[in-house]
Amino acid sequence: MSNNEQRVRKIVAEQLGVNESEIKNESSFVNDLGADSLDTVELVMALEEEFGVEIPDEDAEKITTVQQALDYVNAHSK
Amino acid sequence: MTLQGQIALVTGASRGIGQAIALELGKQGATVIGTATSDKGAQTISEYLAVAGVSGTGMALNVNDAAQIDLVLDTLRKQFGEVTILVNNAGITKDNLLARMSEEEWDEVLATNLKSVFRLSRAVLRAMMKARAGRIINISSVVGSSGNPGQTNYSASKAGMVGFSKSLAQEIGSRNITVNCVAPGFIDTDMTQALGDEQRAKLVEHVPLKRLGTPEDIAATVAFLAGPGAAYITGTTVHVNGGMYME
Repeated sequence: MSNNEQRVRKIVAEQLGVNESEIKNESSFVNDLGADSLDTVELVMALEEEFGVEIPDEDAEKITTVQQALDYVNAHSK
Repeated sequence: MTLQGQIALVTGASRGIGQAIALELGKQGATVIGTATSDKGAQTISEYLAVAGVSGTGMALNVNDAAQIDLVLDTLRKQFGEVTILVNNAGITKDNLLARMSEEEWDEVLATNLKSVFRLSRAVLRAMMKARAGRIINISSVVGSSGNPGQTNYSASKAGMVGFSKSLAQEIGSRNITVNCVAPGFIDTDMTQALGDEQRAKLVEHVPLKRLGTPEDIAATVAFLAGPGAAYITGTTVHVNGGMYME
């Protein structure tokens, strides 16, 4: 597991209050991990902070799974 | 000292109701950052806080300037920490009968009184969400509920704050952040001094408690809403008006 992957999984676990073992890369935040709309906003905020990136709203809308979050930070974080 | 350790941001704090709120929150132990549109106003705030032995400072802030809001929050974050209590108090009047009201009179009042609430609330929200705690208190007005001829712009802005507060309270209740309004009636400040003695006397006739309110009457209610005793109150408006308008 890559370093970024570990960091993403840790943030998802913390923000959504789920056990890391429950998190799969294909897990959807809303459908599988029980996130509501405010949770997803907070999750994006936490990713921005952790990886030092600014995620515009139009990109944030497309981040609905753990894999999508990972792909985003892999592509955008320095 | 129920507000020990809290960081309060009070807009429009150089005089009147805002000043009384800043002093009362400070008296309850909060660190207070009061804002005013001018450097002179900010200086006044710093001075009265110091005289009262309240920790905090005055800062110049034009609430219509988004970049300045970011700058002020950045500065106070570094100096004092994240805001835990936001009191949106800054407000202006540009009274006129609607038949004569200009676009500017409408826009200025709506921007200063209402858009500023949106801007400042959004600016402090992230930290409050993270902290899972926070109090946002918006100073509305009785005329937001009762209406008042000559104040279509002002009363619309004040009623707008109430709707804003209810919606935001629902959005962020799960993060233990409360959003409430305080709606003052006729309070003895510069804003109501402008009315003239005769009109003021007439107004008092319609107040069951037979006096104008004081800024301290409002400050006490704000301090209550900011304190631990109000932890289960959100999305509501507390009317502090001597009974002149009853909901």
